[in-house]
Amino acid sequence: MTSSDLNWDAIVIGGGHNGLVAAATLAKSGRKVLLLEAGNEVGGAARSEEFAPGFSVSAVAHLLNRLHPDVVKTLELERHGLTVERGDFVPSVALFKDYPLVLHGAYGEVLTGASPSEQSAWKELRAQLLRYAGVLKPFLSRRAPDLGNMSLTEMTGLGQTALALKRLGKEDMRDFLRVLLMNVYDLLDEQLSDDRLKGLLAFDATLGSHLGPRSPTSLLGLYYRLAGEIGGLAGAQVQPKGGMGAIVAAIRAAAEKAGVSIRQASPVAKVIVEKGRAVGVVTQSGETLRAKTVVSAINPATTILDLVGPREVDTGFVRKVRNIRMKGDAAKLHLALDRPPQFAGVDAAAHKGRLVIAPSPDHVERAFNPSKYGAFSPEPVMEITLPSLVDPSLAPPGACVLSAVVQYAPYALKEGWTAGKPRFLKAIMAQLETYAPGIGATVRHAELLTPADIEARYRMPGGHWHHGELQADQMLMSRPVSGWSGYDTPLEGLFLAGAGSHPGGGISGAPGLNAARRIIAMRA
Amino acid sequence: MNPHATIKPSTARLAAQSHFRTLRLGTPFQPRIDALGLKQDWYNWAGYRAPHSLWDEELEYFAIRSQAALFDISPMTKYRIEGPDAEAYLDRVTLRDVTKMKPGRVHYTAWCDDDGFVLDDGTLFRLSPTRFRLCSQERHLPWLLDSAFRYDVTVEEETEAVAGLALQGPTSFAILRDAGFARIERLKIFDLAEFAHDGASVTISRTGFTGDLGYELFVPADKALSLWDRLMAAGELRGVRAIGYTALNRARLEAGLIVANADFTAAEHAIRADRLRMPDEIGLGFMIDPDKAHFNGRRAILEARARKKLRYVLVGLEIEGNIPAEHAIVYYRKSQEVGLVSAAMWSPMAKRNIALASLQRPYGDAIVDDLWVEIYAMRELQYQKLMKKAKVVPRPFIKLDRRTANPPADF
Repeated sequence: MTSSDLNWDAIVIGGGHNGLVAAATLAKSGRKVLLLEAGNEVGGAARSEEFAPGFSVSAVAHLLNRLHPDVVKTLELERHGLTVERGDFVPSVALFKDYPLVLHGAYGEVLTGASPSEQSAWKELRAQLLRYAGVLKPFLSRRAPDLGNMSLTEMTGLGQTALALKRLGKEDMRDFLRVLLMNVYDLLDEQLSDDRLKGLLAFDATLGSHLGPRSPTSLLGLYYRLAGEIGGLAGAQVQPKGGMGAIVAAIRAAAEKAGVSIRQASPVAKVIVEKGRAVGVVTQSGETLRAKTVVSAINPATTILDLVGPREVDTGFVRKVRNIRMKGDAAKLHLALDRPPQFAGVDAAAHKGRLVIAPSPDHVERAFNPSKYGAFSPEPVMEITLPSLVDPSLAPPGACVLSAVVQYAPYALKEGWTAGKPRFLKAIMAQLETYAPGIGATVRHAELLTPADIEARYRMPGGHWHHGELQADQMLMSRPVSGWSGYDTPLEGLFLAGAGSHPGGGISGAPGLNAARRIIAMRA
Repeated sequence: MNPHATIKPSTARLAAQSHFRTLRLGTPFQPRIDALGLKQDWYNWAGYRAPHSLWDEELEYFAIRSQAALFDISPMTKYRIEGPDAEAYLDRVTLRDVTKMKPGRVHYTAWCDDDGFVLDDGTLFRLSPTRFRLCSQERHLPWLLDSAFRYDVTVEEETEAVAGLALQGPTSFAILRDAGFARIERLKIFDLAEFAHDGASVTISRTGFTGDLGYELFVPADKALSLWDRLMAAGELRGVRAIGYTALNRARLEAGLIVANADFTAAEHAIRADRLRMPDEIGLGFMIDPDKAHFNGRRAILEARARKKLRYVLVGLEIEGNIPAEHAIVYYRKSQEVGLVSAAMWSPMAKRNIALASLQRPYGDAIVDDLWVEIYAMRELQYQKLMKKAKVVPRPFIKLDRRTANPPADF
């Protein structure tokens, strides 16, 4: 019997972390699951990769701050090598000349480097942000409510949210609704005065989206971040040992334990559709594989436009899918350094944390401005980690790895990335030199991944790690497109399970888990 | 000082803005129609100045049924759809199976949005294996272009470039033959062919909107007048008459044919959610072919059928008496409102008082007894309310053998 004769219960396309989570969850429900990964390795943008001899780094995502607790529990990831302890939490550092400001614990439980009045203002704002993010949290983890066809569970869920909202009290509820779609810049101005702290928050709110701090709705990005948790604490972050690849390895182990068959280097060419129903896939090598359910954990536009093809779905749906905005605006920098850099005024413990160059909200806004017109930021903002300080195995002895997410780097750079990349790298290095003098001379190798590179290497259209802008109009019931936010598609038997689906990107596993739960619930 | 530069009126600028002086566009036949338009009774057909009636609506109607009527269909929206994928493209956009349609054929079809609601109905002409013409009441270019994504096909609107004439009535065949369109008799119903005309070519199809023997002719706009003259000259002794829409509208009602935005609201026009209609709800269910390749609306339509979610039905009614029940409310047991008449007339051909009506299921579907219409007949500034019995009857209301006879009769 050849594999073509096998009938799978489910085929999962794409072995990114969401694909692995979906596959593992389905397999745990007793289904026979095949996972097809196009690349030579699973993990997608959560892979760890060697980018220079002896230097490894988390390829795109480099901080773990929102792996969903239900994913950890459902897949028993702790039994498969995932450990997160309170001691692993790393601080966020707002770099500024030689007197940085540090948020310790879970998103600044303790703030150091700021005036006493700013500290108490922050305490209040932090509590408020977490309270409001807490109201949104169920929305940002469960399946989005199906407005036309609400089930009892969904009703109850919505009721609980209403209750949470009510529990806020009258004043707080009003304020919650007032600020919900506000821009982060104005909110920060209302409550804080320290530009370093405001800069950091403005950066976090806009990280990974095509928004500046003054753009309407930019506050949502901060809520999205704070709706995530790790180790049971909202807003906490860790640098995983072994890089993000170690997290993927744990999920993969869980998937294999559950009986998922994983095939790498097996890109899918086509989803087979018969009479409005997805019944299997054809791989690029020409093999036909049939299944009762096809789950696509890759980009929604790639799935519908390339694998299914517009001929098998309706014009209006194709129109919506083609209009998903997904042009990335962030680049990823990897540096192989001779020795650990010294950021001015930052102590040894804080070097293991997240170092943010965003000296003021105005600076972030100015960095954003050129990207609207197809130019990169001449003075980019960025989030830096030094993963080899946490896990020395990632670099040769004495050497150091630097990993940074850099904004803004518009996907459609006017001058083109061939010409723009070296110039952008120079601009980034100039910024780094200001905050870590002498760093330039220690660079052994530099790898800059522009959105164009991320697109090509990780099969993320537009180089967008959320697989679709994460803004109000592309969230919840409108993600990936309105009318089809519940992981199902107009094709019976075809489901979407990637970051392009609700709630969105980041290493959460939530889209994968929700999609699998949806499939299980439909058959039950 | 005024910061804005003063713009002086110039003749060039005024000339460029003179579009507002033309309230309604003329069609390529306008000089002829204007000359015959004794009643000056115009209406707006898709931005064109079209006649309700030219000289006498009763006699215009009888020209269709007893002689031959010439009706200008140039304002009809026309799309030229061409390319290697044209067949596959149209098969996905429209309801009926285009792969079964041979070149040289025409079929009546409709198209739907994702939710299975009818965007429009129209006629599809297959001019060659790779070239089609789609004619409809409303405009659809954005929808058609978006539907063309990843098809090797071009879609162009040719409403202005192509003039259209309907020649309908018992003597229409003889007129075309006498006008010198050789071998016109070989056209069977829904056939089309190209004929030479004035150094160009005219596409003639044996189609129409009257339920009668008749043809439709499409010609480049600059050959429109010579075609008109050719038909008028050949038809002089066979009673050819130019007509307006009122007469045509009666003929189409007798034939049981529906009109978008008269008998149903096209999906893109509907403001109220309950005005949207699926094909099954306006009598177009016969077009649905679950076995053909995917088409827009398929999922929604089949789901509505399976879950019995169809809410309306379009029926033909025969109403007692002879007062047209235009826009009358339909009642069940004289008391419960169950629908509305969208078109009605006393049919001279059927000798019956006929109507088209949209009813809420199960009325008109499972329940067809005890239906009534309430007619408000205006009698010297007073409504006389008439409660008349209505019977659901099959469409068309009249069936004329000459429409399909081969060869067509020489009247």
